[in-house]
Amino acid sequence: MDYLLTEEQVMLRDLCRQITDEKIMPIAAELDRTEEFPWGVVKVMADSDIFGTFIEEKYGGMGGGLLELCIATEEFSRGCAGIALAFSATALGTDPIILFGNEEQKEKYLPSIASGKKLAAFAITEPAAGSDASAMQTTAKKDGDHYILNGTKHFITNGGEAEIYTVVAMTSKDRGARGASVFIVDKGTPGFTFGKKEDKLGIRGSATRELIFTDCRIPKENMLGKEGQGFLIAMKTFDMSRPGIGAQALGIAQGAFEAAVKYAKERKQFGKSISSFQGIQFMLADMATQIEAARALIYASARQIDAGRTKNISKDSSMAKLFASDMAMKVTTDAVQIFGGYGYMKEYPVEKYMRDAKITQIYEGTNQIQRNIIALNLVKETTKS
Amino acid sequence: MNIIVCIKQVPDTTQVRIDPVTNTLIREGVQSIINPFDMYAIEEGVRLKEKYGGKTTVISMGPPQAETALREAISMGCDEACLISDRAFAGSDTLASGYTLAMAIRKIKDYDMILCGKQASDGDTAQVGPGIATQLDIPQVTYVKKIEDIKDNHATVERMTEEGFEIVKTSLPCLLTVVKEINEPRIPSLKGRMKAKKAEITSWKAIDLDLEEDKLGLKGSPTWVSKIFTPPPRPKGHILEGDPEETTTKIVDELKNRLI
Amino acid sequence: MSIQIIKDKCTGCSLCVKVCPFGALTMVSKKAVIDLDKCTLCGACVDSCKFNAIDLKRDSSKTPNIEEYKGIWVFAEQKKGAVQSVVYELLGKAHELSEKLGSEVSCVLLGHNIKDKAQELIHRGANNVYVVDAPELEHYLDEPYTKAIVNLIRKYRPEIFLCGATFIGRSMISRVAVKLHTGLTADCTGLDIDEKEKYLMQTRPAFGGNIMATILSKNHRPQMATVRHKVFKEASIDKTRKGKIIEETIPKTLLTSRTKILDIVEEITSTVNIAEADIIVSGGRGLKGPENFAMLEELAKVLGGAVGSSRAAVDAGWMPYSHQVGQTGKTVCPKLYIACGISGQIQHLVGMQSSNIILAINQDPCAPIFTVANYGIVGDVFQVVPLLTKKFKAALNR
Repeated sequence: MDYLLTEEQVMLRDLCRQITDEKIMPIAAELDRTEEFPWGVVKVMADSDIFGTFIEEKYGGMGGGLLELCIATEEFSRGCAGIALAFSATALGTDPIILFGNEEQKEKYLPSIASGKKLAAFAITEPAAGSDASAMQTTAKKDGDHYILNGTKHFITNGGEAEIYTVVAMTSKDRGARGASVFIVDKGTPGFTFGKKEDKLGIRGSATRELIFTDCRIPKENMLGKEGQGFLIAMKTFDMSRPGIGAQALGIAQGAFEAAVKYAKERKQFGKSISSFQGIQFMLADMATQIEAARALIYASARQIDAGRTKNISKDSSMAKLFASDMAMKVTTDAVQIFGGYGYMKEYPVEKYMRDAKITQIYEGTNQIQRNIIALNLVKETTKS
Repeated sequence: MNIIVCIKQVPDTTQVRIDPVTNTLIREGVQSIINPFDMYAIEEGVRLKEKYGGKTTVISMGPPQAETALREAISMGCDEACLISDRAFAGSDTLASGYTLAMAIRKIKDYDMILCGKQASDGDTAQVGPGIATQLDIPQVTYVKKIEDIKDNHATVERMTEEGFEIVKTSLPCLLTVVKEINEPRIPSLKGRMKAKKAEITSWKAIDLDLEEDKLGLKGSPTWVSKIFTPPPRPKGHILEGDPEETTTKIVDELKNRLI
Repeated sequence: MSIQIIKDKCTGCSLCVKVCPFGALTMVSKKAVIDLDKCTLCGACVDSCKFNAIDLKRDSSKTPNIEEYKGIWVFAEQKKGAVQSVVYELLGKAHELSEKLGSEVSCVLLGHNIKDKAQELIHRGANNVYVVDAPELEHYLDEPYTKAIVNLIRKYRPEIFLCGATFIGRSMISRVAVKLHTGLTADCTGLDIDEKEKYLMQTRPAFGGNIMATILSKNHRPQMATVRHKVFKEASIDKTRKGKIIEETIPKTLLTSRTKILDIVEEITSTVNIAEADIIVSGGRGLKGPENFAMLEELAKVLGGAVGSSRAAVDAGWMPYSHQVGQTGKTVCPKLYIACGISGQIQHLVGMQSSNIILAINQDPCAPIFTVANYGIVGDVFQVVPLLTKKFKAALNR
């Protein structure tokens, strides 16, 4: 379907596609095995100005918006969602700075992210605080001109590889929703260490680690926005980033689908290509339709946000993430089915897509939470009218 | 340093077919790409400029659509581009092409080095690079796999041979033809692509270049193609499937007599 | 067509006198004078004059006195005093062509202390060997070799000039053809003489081998062509053959070079240069990793062959580039080419499809490699190759 992308957006898409075909696809299977971090691809992305896609020109970026981010994420994820995360998780980690950073903070951090010199990560999840973010226990105690961080974050994408971390911590225990704040923490700050690297089902080309804060002193200038704005910043960040996760799921589904179509044409059984059997044809048709629907939903919600219509975006961006990730799980499972026995073998690329797709239904707000958000917003809307 | 890179736009080799009725090339629908070896020349030209300072100019002789190739070269980092295009050049063989390109380079005047790919994937002759060097009466080194150093108006390079390589020093200006060992061409950045989109490309016709008419195009080409044909297909082979024990035994039986 | 000396510009340096192959120039009162009876309008003097004092008006659409060009010449490429085997292949073909033309076959041999090699060339079928022995020519350098060859061609005017499509040959011949303003066809796979008009018909692949083209150079001489190694059969050695060895001297001014060789590095590869091998066992992406090339080496050893590689395996770092077969690697034409786990993309086929016998092993029955294979096994390389090794070992008693 023609989404009437601008010339620049088409240029970006073609560039990302070229990087995916030439640099990501050839190493996807190996990095899935070795779990090595894709620094080589990060360099290519950096040299190609991709990290500047979502950052203002003023700070060395290319001045694009969320749609550009989604286009890039979709293309890279078609190659390997894990490798793509080096880029897209950096975008997530940078969003709080873009949305709530003051001029000094933006000037300090955005240029090195835009140039791809430094990666970023967003840290909110803790062992006891997943969907229930308010249960977090990492504290940030004010001490003169500093805050002292104590606590552990886990399941942090880009953990250990990123240089810049936006961390949500409790600044006051008894203020409920106003109890948290967001801080920028540089890697190497004394008291900031990393825990083990997780051994995951999928997105194994991405590094997932614990962040451990032990009396970690950070200057008060590193706080984003005002004290107590932590949950607000987190929610606004997720509103913006959900279409991006949707784009990741979309890319995974697209990659699996393309492999399935190619295989169906080549595989002969009963004297014909299996693509001539109606059973397979119906599966492929449904997969293609679902993918296109997800794409349309993601692009529409991204465009909306880019156009500045940021008032009620929670519901729309949730829908984009929810639909695309559920779709990706179904499409990748169907792709394995189309491959039959071969689909189950690691030698063939499609089982990886299925393993990679699962996380998109879980992180950045489980799909159950997404349904909560959508429902609550629906109720709010009908209550108003 | 002033560097000139010569490139050629060629059809994507994998897609070329002959029309069985007319015995001519089917060009429609075949994608055009920059000759793969020229990509290495462009990359080296940009790297040299980044290392020694100066300017890289990319030129190409071809039909108007060759402009897309020049823009791609700009997106990789070339500073200026020049398209040499005229109906009069049609039918040029390597001699006429070398002459025309050499005259264009003469017009550009200031250059320290000319870079070309080892050969073009359509003609595969590897003749134009040396042809240009001869027309300009400058030294050449072919099959360059590494440029070690440029100093005191000389270039020291590694030249491939069948047994290994030679280290060769040549005076500037010179012409080098490069092989793929020399570098890894970069993927053009977004900034590069945007620059390429807006870039102004100089275009020269025959009249701009002070050329001798009888050295151009068909007239200036001593060689010409008298016939093209598809190579005779190989006879259909015996393809065996099944139990490897059986298939390997059959094959060994067939081949063992032909090997002794 | 005409030639004349621009007296105002002539400084009497007499460089032109030295380079003229026909002795058509003399100095009279410190100005050059051309003997038009001896002059063939070859242009050697124009090239040498630093003052643009010689005006040659020539119709470049045709080599002047084209009917006077006779003979087939072969460039006898030598490296470190050893004549390259492609030269013998060219001599074989040159002999065939000479019978159809009724002309002689000559070799031109450049080098230092190489006079003794001339006899070898005569045994291989050269009627004449023109030898230029000079220290400047010890190692190949573009400029002195080009100028020496151009000088000899201008003097003797051969009708056809053949050269091996080697690193040296391709580099040199392009310059020579431009200097002589004549036609050159590269990488010919076929050479023949047109029955009626007696032109040299030069056939070569284009577009990566998808298409064959026959090329003519009707109006220019010599008709020049390069031929790759192993395309034609070597001429047989006949020690009873007799021929003439003609020693030629080239003016020193033509043997200067703006390029110098600082060092020659030979890279020792563990196996023989694959382009020379009669049997090649080649591996591709289907081998899955570098360690699996060991099983190909075993099969190659049993068969007495070399190991080759597709581009995919070289790009993945499993094999060195010197083993790469294909469009951007080497072209090979062995008696037997065994392609293991190679899909057979056109870029690979182009490098090996003229092999005598092709055996392909691939688990995908639709792999393009099977379209060029004489024999194929659809199966798992990891099962098939060791079995072949075992069975060939037994069959060939190795």
